[in-house]
Amino acid sequence: MARVIFRWTVLSVMGVFFLLPLVAMVEFSTRDPKTWPLLLDWPRLSSEYPALTEGIVASLAQAALTSLLMLALLVPTAVWVRLRLPRLRRLVEFLCLLPLTIPAIVLVVGLAPVYAWVNYLIGGSSLTLVFAYTILVLPYAYRAIDAGLSAIDVKTLAEAARSLGAGWFTVIVRVVLPNIRSAVLSAAFLTVALVLGEFTIASLLHRTNLQVAIEFLGKSSAGVSVAVSLAALLLAFVLLLVLSLAGNSRKGKAS
Amino acid sequence: MAEIAADAPQRVAPRPRLRGAALLGTVPFFAFVTIFLVIPTLTVVIGAFTGDGGRGFTLANVRALTDDYILDAFGRSITLSASSALIGAVLGALLAYALVTAKPDGLLRRLVTAAAGVLAQFGGVTLAFAFLATIGLSGFVTLWLQEHGLDPYANGVWLFELPGLTLVYTYFQIPLMVIVFLPALDGIRPQWREAHVSLGGNTWQYWTRVAGPLLAPAFLGSTLLLFANAFSAYATAAALVSQGGPIVPLQIRGALTSEVVLGQANLGKAMALGMVVVVAVVMALYSLLQKRTAKWLG
Repeated sequence: MARVIFRWTVLSVMGVFFLLPLVAMVEFSTRDPKTWPLLLDWPRLSSEYPALTEGIVASLAQAALTSLLMLALLVPTAVWVRLRLPRLRRLVEFLCLLPLTIPAIVLVVGLAPVYAWVNYLIGGSSLTLVFAYTILVLPYAYRAIDAGLSAIDVKTLAEAARSLGAGWFTVIVRVVLPNIRSAVLSAAFLTVALVLGEFTIASLLHRTNLQVAIEFLGKSSAGVSVAVSLAALLLAFVLLLVLSLAGNSRKGKAS
Repeated sequence: MAEIAADAPQRVAPRPRLRGAALLGTVPFFAFVTIFLVIPTLTVVIGAFTGDGGRGFTLANVRALTDDYILDAFGRSITLSASSALIGAVLGALLAYALVTAKPDGLLRRLVTAAAGVLAQFGGVTLAFAFLATIGLSGFVTLWLQEHGLDPYANGVWLFELPGLTLVYTYFQIPLMVIVFLPALDGIRPQWREAHVSLGGNTWQYWTRVAGPLLAPAFLGSTLLLFANAFSAYATAAALVSQGGPIVPLQIRGALTSEVVLGQANLGKAMALGMVVVVAVVMALYSLLQKRTAKWLG
């Protein structure tokens, strides 16, 4: 009995603490009744807050491109290292997990000179952030994909496909990839969630994305910026909740 | 089984040539990581010891770290990280314990762990705005309290200073603690408690002599992880504190955005290196404690 009381006391106190800011955001963003209808009206939104819509579009494009680049870099390398260069596995793992110990603010300091070259060679588009973001998501994406590859017998699959005359491209894209679909999906989800929430690198390298736009907007029209924050937050919530519930139910089936 | 697989015929060149050709497959990955991860890291490390002319080895930047305002920033960063880590660890451990006493596969536990997974990732500008809407100057809770005759800001606005940052940081520290501490709590076997009780021990002795010592390394390790998490956070603080630099990440922002004026381009790199050193030490301790935890609660 004491345990039950303890449990529900802790849970309700924490529940209030964690729900209060969300409730406050709803209340704050509905003080001006025109705020939410405006958010749903894309043409008007882009004429009234061009920086915001530009940021939203930039963030969506960054999220999509980062997922693609991450997959294109990680999946073939992870498969290849497993099959042919097992000695390099520790090195690849070390490099992939390295960003965990380097705070984003430190990475920005080192990236600034690299991006001076990127500006010079490719230009200053906000899409160039995709390179830095791919580094940021490496640890999470690597762990997801590595776990996926550990769960299947890559070697046998690859040898079977090779013995039937498949090239390496076919092996990776048409044999291995479909087998690690759920791992790839969770890596991509994490990537999208991370990129949509990224602020440090974008703002310090003077490029735009959703978070930079929200921060900029916060200085002039707080109501709209809180509303957009809430919308972005709900999107990330849904993405990550789907991810973690899917993960849970998969584990449940396996055991 | 594995040996047979390894000896299976492969339609490729003999070993020596194979190695070189096989390495080619990893070139894109290594090239990318070199340009966007290794070079930036080296830039920070080397830049911290380079004079502002871009040439010559110097200790001036590292020595400048002992300037009062930078030492203060490091001190405040460590205070902020330590206090938010401690509060987050204690409250997070309580919440995790509350979850452990619930049904292991129940809806409650699944919901709370899923929510913790989401909230631990939550940070940055949106979190800052969430708290501005809550206890900002015209926030929901602030207005409500003022209507009832209580002014949280009677003694000055603390939201944009260390106490405020600590409060905001706990919002992602508690969920992170739940995620990293829950596995350790799950490792505690009910048999240990039964054995303890059957030998005549009471609850107090159980917690101080059995469960406490077993959980201590896990608790300390998780606290260190929370410390590193808060120490490297930037976006939340940047959105709350728009000018000046009470903590190191914001000092680095200052050095980055006004490096031309100050002529101290590499001081930012020295501060960045200082941050990496702190995080590396903390993470090394963390992995040591992690190993100790695994002995009993793996």
